[in-house]
Order: sequence, then C-alpha cells, then structure tokens
Amino acid sequence: MVEFLIGVFIFFMIIAAIIALETSDLLSAIISVGAIGVAASICFLLVGAPDIAITQMVVEVLSLVILIRATIRHDLTAINGDREFFGLTITIALLFAFFLFGFKAFASLAEFGVPAMSRFFDAPSNTYINSGFKETGASNIVTSIILDYRGFDTLGEVTVLFTAIWGALAIMRVYSRKKRKNRDKHE
Amino acid sequence: MIYTLCFLLFTIGLYGVTCKKNIVKIILGLLIMEYSINLFLILLGWRKNGIAPIIDQSMSHEVFVFQAVDPLPQALVLTSIVIGLGVLSLMVAISIRLYQRYGTFDITEMNKLKR
Repeated sequence: MVEFLIGVFIFFMIIAAIIALETSDLLSAIISVGAIGVAASICFLLVGAPDIAITQMVVEVLSLVILIRATIRHDLTAINGDREFFGLTITIALLFAFFLFGFKAFASLAEFGVPAMSRFFDAPSNTYINSGFKETGASNIVTSIILDYRGFDTLGEVTVLFTAIWGALAIMRVYSRKKRKNRDKHE
Repeated sequence: MIYTLCFLLFTIGLYGVTCKKNIVKIILGLLIMEYSINLFLILLGWRKNGIAPIIDQSMSHEVFVFQAVDPLPQALVLTSIVIGLGVLSLMVAISIRLYQRYGTFDITEMNKLKR
C-alpha cells in the first residue's frame, strides 16, 4: 500500500516538475515547485520520517517566499523559446543516454523496502538503533545522531549555512562601505 | 521501480538546468534535483512495515530494533535540506543582481563578460 502511494506521489511530482519547467509564467512555475516540495513532505511522512517532513515543510515555505521575492517585481518574467536547435537536440539525446545508464544502475540496487542495515549487521545504523537510547538518552534516534554521534557534522552544516547567508547579504548590499563613507563626506 | 521514478525526476531537473534560458528556471531545475535526491536517500532507508525511529514507552526494545527504519539517512538529509535553503538564497541573490545589471533573466543576453 505504501509503495503504491509513494509511486503515485512521485508521479505527481514528475508532472509538477514538467509543468514548472515548461510554463511561460514564472509565478506559476514557482508555485508548481512548491507542489513538488509538499508532495515530497507527504512522502517523508509515509516512510516514517516525521522530522524530515516538518523541516521540508518549513524550508518549502521559506524558499517560496525567497523565490517570489526574486520574480514578483520584475516586468520581464516570460522568456519564450529554448536554446538553438542543434545544441538542444544533442543535449536531450545525452540526457536520454544518461537516463538509460541510470536505469541499468538502479536495477542492480536491492529491492525497495530492504535497507542496507538489514543486510549488513555491522552497519552503523544498527549500533545507533540498538544503543542510541542507552548512550544518549534521546528517545528520537535521529536527534541522538545529529546532536551526539555526528555533532561535528551539524557544526559544519551551521558553518555552511552561515557562509551562504553571509554571501547572499554581501551580494545584495546596495552600497559598499567605502562608497558610503565618501557619500557621507559629500553631504 | 520507485527508485527509477526518482531518477526520472532527477533527469527532468537536469534537463531544466541544461536546456532553459531563463535563470529562474535554472534555479528551479536545481531545486527539483535536490528534492529528488533527498527523497531517494530517505527511500533507501525504508523497511517494509517500518515505523519512525522514535522509541515509545509502551514498546519493547526488541520490537523497536526490528521495526524501525534506518535513522542515518534521515539525519544526513536533515542537514542537506537546511543547506539547500542557504544555497537557494545565495542563488536568488546572484540572480537579482544579474537582473539589475542586465535588465533581463535571459542568460543568452548576459554577454558582457565575453566581449
């Protein structure tokens, strides 16, 4: 049952992706991407990942706000037409070949519903599930991983996030510091 | 089958990145690729009839060990989703700057660097 529902949701996501890329209105494209994110969040709920579902929902809302800020005030939102014909044909042929290679590779994976930790008994996930509650005292194993076993990983994540936001602020700044000083002197 | 559908979604995102002229469409293609990869990693850890990896008081430890889904991809994808938000804001800032500089979102018009 869960497999069927997830298949339906991924099919919905594929349709929304095609609409998002092929429509000429940027606002409806962004809203279609929002539909993809919400469907992904429901999929996460179905496969037993409630933390990811909540995070995905919050991030989805924030990213829609950021994207709409990028497009809403600008007049020229619709750009029609693709790249030149020859290059486009070659690119689509290469993408098709890429998809066929990936199809072969994905056929060699284990079937859906059998995670790696049930095939290899010395996988780290088994340690986390067996002794996570005893060692860290957190009843949510995901929390015990991101804040205890792999705490440095989370520290690196915060560093990357801080750097990205810092870069965005530096790019969006209207006046540089030197120019502002000169302007103040003028006035 | 479900993994292949995820990969099809990834390929559609790659098509958007390589074949579109509008810079916002390219950003949307990158977002679609990110969603598909996150979903694929979470689906890799799913166990048939699995439950969320949260220990309940009423549940015995053995039942939990044999029913919980894999928590490791969930922890790593949580990191990846939040980083995706930061990278998206950086991309949007760059695209707004490009619009102010060139007056268009069309990447084939942005040719001042070439000359």
